Amino acid sequence: MSDSAPVWQPACPPLASHDGERITLAYGEGGRLTRRLIQDRIVARFGNATLAALGDAALIDLPAGRCAMTTDGYTVTPLFFPGGDIGRLAVYGTVNDLVVSGARPRFLSLAMVIEEGLPWEVLDRVLDSVRDALDATGVQLVTGDTKVVPREAVDQLFLTTTGIGEVIQPLAGPAGLRAGDEILVSGPIGRHGAAVLCAREEFGFDPPPLSDCGPLTRPIEALWHADLPVRCLRDATRGGVAAVLHEWSAVAGLGITVASALLPVSADVRAVCELLGLEPLHLACEGTFVAAVAGGQAQRTLDVMRANGCPAAAVIGEVTTARSTPARLRTTAGREIPLDEPAGSPLPRIC
Amino acid sequence: MCLGVPGRVQRWIDRDPLTGLAEIDFGGVRRTCHMACVPEAIEGDFVLVHAGVALTIVDAEAARRTLEDLERLTAEPSGESTP
Amino acid sequence: MKYLDEYRAPEAITASLDRIRRKCSRRWVVMDVCGGQTHSLLKHGLEPALEESLELLHGPGCPVCVTPAAVLDAATSLSLERRVTLSSFGDMLRVPGRSGSLLQARARGGDVRTVYSPLDAVDWAVRHPEREVVFLAVGFETTAPATALAILQAQRSAVRNFSVLAHHVRVEPAMRQIAADPAGRVQGFLAAGHVCTVTGYEEYHAFARETGLPVVVTGFEPLDLLQGLETCVELLESGRSEVVNAYARCARPEGNPHAKRLLDAVFRVADVPWRGLGVIPSGGLKIHSSLAKLDACERFGLTASDVEETSGECRSGEVLTGRLKPPDCPLFGNGCTPDTPRGAPMVSSEGACAAYFRYALSGGRAHV
Repeated sequence: MSDSAPVWQPACPPLASHDGERITLAYGEGGRLTRRLIQDRIVARFGNATLAALGDAALIDLPAGRCAMTTDGYTVTPLFFPGGDIGRLAVYGTVNDLVVSGARPRFLSLAMVIEEGLPWEVLDRVLDSVRDALDATGVQLVTGDTKVVPREAVDQLFLTTTGIGEVIQPLAGPAGLRAGDEILVSGPIGRHGAAVLCAREEFGFDPPPLSDCGPLTRPIEALWHADLPVRCLRDATRGGVAAVLHEWSAVAGLGITVASALLPVSADVRAVCELLGLEPLHLACEGTFVAAVAGGQAQRTLDVMRANGCPAAAVIGEVTTARSTPARLRTTAGREIPLDEPAGSPLPRIC
Repeated sequence: MCLGVPGRVQRWIDRDPLTGLAEIDFGGVRRTCHMACVPEAIEGDFVLVHAGVALTIVDAEAARRTLEDLERLTAEPSGESTP
Repeated sequence: MKYLDEYRAPEAITASLDRIRRKCSRRWVVMDVCGGQTHSLLKHGLEPALEESLELLHGPGCPVCVTPAAVLDAATSLSLERRVTLSSFGDMLRVPGRSGSLLQARARGGDVRTVYSPLDAVDWAVRHPEREVVFLAVGFETTAPATALAILQAQRSAVRNFSVLAHHVRVEPAMRQIAADPAGRVQGFLAAGHVCTVTGYEEYHAFARETGLPVVVTGFEPLDLLQGLETCVELLESGRSEVVNAYARCARPEGNPHAKRLLDAVFRVADVPWRGLGVIPSGGLKIHSSLAKLDACERFGLTASDVEETSGECRSGEVLTGRLKPPDCPLFGNGCTPDTPRGAPMVSSEGACAAYFRYALSGGRAHV
């Protein structure tokens, strides 16, 4: 996990001196101050027997059978944005990756790379968010790592989380898609991308768009309980719903057509997209997923999703036979056009 | 070129001819926009906003006529439009 | 949203498409000169729906595309200077000059910011007096009033750390150049509705009389565009080279006098280079010398070179004047893509080539 000496050491008595307002390099150098950071801020918050053991590795019990494992790095500017922050993002992002893979998330690791000079108050707020998000999903933090790096080596705070979960629902994945399958989304699209863009660039919209940053555990476990013929699921993060559709159609070798009139878009995202010339399908979601189910099962699926925290879930299109342009959009004018594949982060247009 | 979006004048903030500002509502999202080109706008008017600057007051009467024409033509698909 | 949704009604769109098809006794050639219209025609699938009845050409309507590489080079080199913050519209960040794009300059350490409005760049300068803030201003007459306002507000508030690198262009002279092209095929023009919101459309009467081509002032929503096209077809069918306003809710004959006064206070009409088209007489706006302190060219002693920068085989000049359809260019999708543009119209999503590529109007050739 780490190339330096064991970082999370057994407890030591807290020092009398005050930590100051900001984190200094000394807190990342593996000595007494590092131990204090871990003891006071990590173990105190997340204390569970596995974590509190503070060994070089967490020793965990997993049920027999298949496990799912995923890892993701989180960088976001600003760290706190309307509707969420990097702490929630780092937990929900990894938890959601497990959930859409058919797994029940169990354990999480958290690695932090902290820029020298970050106010303690900021770190504490982020760690409180991590704790809240863990509580909301029933996942245990069992191991982690902390580094402090010189100014400008990172932008304030980078987090990396790794998650392990037990597979409770094997999925065919996009290779199992069939023509006639129906495509659904669990809620309004593009909210996270719009929220972060507006917060970062200070575009001055009021109220600012809110991120959808949140866990997908409840609606997806409800789909498993209802025993629906789900082909595949994906949380529509970077690149938005458009990126998911492009990837699925490429893997399946089939077409996917969605209709713009069917896409759920919140009023704030709609306004921001009109003003900045953006496409909601290209904006990231962090608490919204795309699902493909066997044809004829869309209404049952919708009912389950809507009854489990996704009131705006909608059927948006269907899988078709192979086309020259695999992902397609049916416009309000009733025409089918190729769905543009996102390239790079969305930039506001004036043209 | 020229992404322009209509929004409703919610309230004037500053009436100066050069630095005039008003809060404009775009379907529930508001933004402060520059009003130097539409000093005669009143609250409730719709203005066309481009790059943060209101460029004109949307003529509600002209818009109504256009839409009525369109509705009439749509209702009678065989009818000929008048230029 | 009011004044948007009503103009996207599916039944009315279908009925409009039917009427246009019925009214065309032959396949007329109509050009729009506004990237926003190009984008909307393709995004809503209107152009393919009319393919049999109308040949739509997309003129030099994207100010991002026609900004010379020399201007972008000046902007990227300024962004790399120690105290300078270079701000511009998001559209400009991906456009390559000869020394890369502003996004690439940012990766090399340049301080580049996206703004929604030039006025936001002035605010930012006020809040960051230690920075030298330069706004890269591009656009037609629609956008120029916002730049003018930024300059006049900065002047009044004596903001000392703000200046503008301006390359504003004027649409009508470019339309004249296209209409005068002996190889040109354009039979009617859609005039850019938001440009006319500012300038009015009185000058188009002389244009239509002298060129014999009808001009229809047209908006941007699907039904606005269809109404503009339908009107243009009616004029063509009856042989009338007139000017008709199909965007009455926003464009008036005289334009906006307040906006025109702002333009006069800040800019003078000048001959300026358009990327891909060369120097167009009276084709742009330059900042008055009395405002030299707010003109980044004067402030930083920039001299934009006039070298024609279009790469050898790129035929963007022919695309922009309507002599060549993008998919007919040998480079289209064949070394020239939005990710690796070889010429101006492939660089911005409003550029004709990029729009054709994204919406696969070559029948999917580009999207294998």
